[in-house]
Amino acid sequence: MQEDNPTIVIRVAGEGGEGTITLGDLLTRVAAYSGLEVYSFRTYPAEIRGGQVMYQTRLGLSRVMTEGDEANVLVAMNRQAWLDERGDLCQGAALIYEATVDIADDTHSHYPVPAEAIAQSLDWPIGKNFALLGALTWFFRFDPDTAETLVRQRMQRHAESLEKNLAAMQRGYAYARETYPEPFPFNLAAPGKPAERILLSGADAMALGALAAGCTFYAGYPITPATPLMESMARYLPAFDGTLVQVEDEIAAINMAIGASFAGRRAMTATSGPGLSLMVEGLGLASMAEIPLVVVNVQRAGPSTGLPTKTSQGDLFLALYGGHGDAPRFVLAPDSVKDCYFQTIYAFSLAERFQMPVIVLSDQAMAARMETTPLPGTPWNGPLERITPTAEELQGDYRRYAYTENGVSPMSHPGVPDGMYLAESLEHDEHGYPDQTPQTHQRMMQKRANKVEAARQMLADWRMTSRRWGDRDAPFGIMGWGSTRGAVREATQRLQSYGIPVEAIYPHTLLPMPDSAIADFISSKRAILVPELNFSGQFGRMIEHRYYHQLDELNVHIYQLKKEQGVPLKVREIVDAAVSMINNERQQWEAKHGEMARIFEVVAGLAHNTGGRRD
Amino acid sequence: MTESKPNDYKSDVKPIWCPGCGDYAVLTALMRAFAQLGTPREMIAIASGIGCSSRFPAFLNTYGIHGIHGRALPLATGTKLGRPELTVVAVGGDGDGFSIGGGHIPHAARRNVDITYIVMDNSIYGMTKGQPSPTSPEGIVSKAAPYGSQERPLNPVLLALAYDTSFVARCFSGKLKEMVNVLVEALQHPGFSLIQVLSPCVTFYNTYEHYREITQPLPDAHDPGDRLAAMALAMETATQYLGVFYRDTSRPLYSQRFEEVQTRAPKATLEDIFKRMIV
Repeated sequence: MQEDNPTIVIRVAGEGGEGTITLGDLLTRVAAYSGLEVYSFRTYPAEIRGGQVMYQTRLGLSRVMTEGDEANVLVAMNRQAWLDERGDLCQGAALIYEATVDIADDTHSHYPVPAEAIAQSLDWPIGKNFALLGALTWFFRFDPDTAETLVRQRMQRHAESLEKNLAAMQRGYAYARETYPEPFPFNLAAPGKPAERILLSGADAMALGALAAGCTFYAGYPITPATPLMESMARYLPAFDGTLVQVEDEIAAINMAIGASFAGRRAMTATSGPGLSLMVEGLGLASMAEIPLVVVNVQRAGPSTGLPTKTSQGDLFLALYGGHGDAPRFVLAPDSVKDCYFQTIYAFSLAERFQMPVIVLSDQAMAARMETTPLPGTPWNGPLERITPTAEELQGDYRRYAYTENGVSPMSHPGVPDGMYLAESLEHDEHGYPDQTPQTHQRMMQKRANKVEAARQMLADWRMTSRRWGDRDAPFGIMGWGSTRGAVREATQRLQSYGIPVEAIYPHTLLPMPDSAIADFISSKRAILVPELNFSGQFGRMIEHRYYHQLDELNVHIYQLKKEQGVPLKVREIVDAAVSMINNERQQWEAKHGEMARIFEVVAGLAHNTGGRRD
Repeated sequence: MTESKPNDYKSDVKPIWCPGCGDYAVLTALMRAFAQLGTPREMIAIASGIGCSSRFPAFLNTYGIHGIHGRALPLATGTKLGRPELTVVAVGGDGDGFSIGGGHIPHAARRNVDITYIVMDNSIYGMTKGQPSPTSPEGIVSKAAPYGSQERPLNPVLLALAYDTSFVARCFSGKLKEMVNVLVEALQHPGFSLIQVLSPCVTFYNTYEHYREITQPLPDAHDPGDRLAAMALAMETATQYLGVFYRDTSRPLYSQRFEEVQTRAPKATLEDIFKRMIV
């Protein structure tokens, strides 16, 4: 199919320890600095060294939405890479591989490069990936000086290996130029001067969003795939007079962040599934004692230890409902790298303004992804501030948990004279002192729950609480959340190019749900596909449950596409599921209308026989 | 500055403790220590977990956070790092501190975060009505251990010394004056201090008489700079020594280390960081 935005999907595959990810990462950077738009997906080896890994990067002339399905170009570091990836290549793909690898294939074009021999000739066996990087620089006709600059930047702390790697890269480049002088079948003419863009990872986007929101305290425990976010915070936070503590466990992480927030700081922690499980009790404390807190959960696949290095959206129910005793909270779901930046800012706004924990759901694919994106502007709203007591309130009988209309009571912090109070995890009265009378409990539960409703009302006027695109009147819709948005975006474009009108919606606040936007979307649809990356279809179930009456009344059908394989959704899978949904609807429609047509015919016959006689 | 009185630190909430509970003495001692030091109420934050003694913050009219079981130290650490000028005290019992929260003590010690941790050790779970705790003697009989407990007790002072806690002391609720002196010292100590207070539970495990018999002040000759000697004294269990076992004031404070890092880090704005990412 002819695409408006021609792209090249490049997959680099090899052993974890032979520089595969470094090669993919550098290639992505070289492409971005050469003026192309990029969008990458990387896997992590589950082992420290060894185990096959894959890095996919997609290059385009205008904004790229996904890492792409089948690869146009396979870069195979070893034979296993070929065996693993050969089933997932497009027709007439280009195979670039280490020359000693035996690849029996006559359907693709072959570009062997003696990368190992080049590395050996330099007495530098680990330089194989750089020899391949040199060759790739030639194939895609990137500027070798740009490549060299980027390699120097990346390896500035390793002076000795830098020179060896650069030599390997130059020899790889020279070999490819001599051996393959003809134009490479996959090439994008780099545009002139592109608009100003940055190369941003999902992890960095969240770290920078936190800084933009005024976060100055981070406590965290290392866990894949959330660690890159902690490392970004460790790098940036001191420059903003912030404090980062690597703690003894996730329980300490959330409680330390709560302590810092109690002391008046904007505080956050980040983790992945198993860590979030450990933090659940702390979430309840932040909710009960009404202490602002941002918790990022970079989701990974599977129960228990599961697939620690693979992507999933399986923690939705844990984020929405995990915890005892009905403790309110907020849950946000950014849907792109740039959105990670903004939603993190909004998370702090909600946490601070409503004095509640906010969970932001990212995932392995989105956190590890690098994407070219326009410089994020200023957030259209916020970051909102904490409501603090006035001098007058402090002079009088200051009540930290005073009943108010929207549930938000002015929050003092240690150091403020006359603002002393007890942040209490027991049910408490307006002053914070333990009070377990039936009336107080019911009333305080209502007060805390009121904040969710107040937030829902406030957010109804906000932009960016959901993203909606496509044909407004389309009878068929797609509804999803989080990092699958790019693939769904491309799928809607493809369906439209087939002549199938379709509309999609991605809420960014999953708690509170933007109910009016969702209700409006549902009301114009006949059937809605809910694609997501988890086994039980948690989001689809939540939608069915929450909007049951409307769906039932309007007879709108929910179809689910559930995938739990540790890898992102492909555009093709979404398109196939949408087509099968529409087919199913067609059969139902035909069955119903066939029966009606038969009745119409009978009636027409009757009318003829009776000659319109009226008894 | 007007002179502070102990009762200035007292809230209107009446303690829930049983009459005669050892924790009353700790509350009195801490209020006296605050008064002696003249610490402004708004500059004090008390953090606690769950248990009888963890109800402590409600009885003071300072700032307080009564959190979840076993997490007094992370809450206190976060509070202190969030606002280093505060006087932060973590309080709790032996179950909260040495059982469910036991994993946090070595790390508070490693960090040498400037908080004072008072463990009111009654060697029993009082709030849940009498189960064996990590400092109960072996063989203690209770409803949860009708045939006697099977575990040996921990030695909190020895543990704290092994973790290289920079201030380690033991007090007894029956010796109020001595406790005030130790708390004043602990509050002034630059770094993490752990004070085990033998604080009997009159309802489920009354040890007042026992402790009156076996406690005595640390030998005059003991040098609190000598960690090995402190450990030897801590290992004596037939006699429970009271006083400051160990004190090391040479270590830098945790919050100072962060200030150093902040000074060393090149200042940058968000714009600077984004600019570096432009391709």
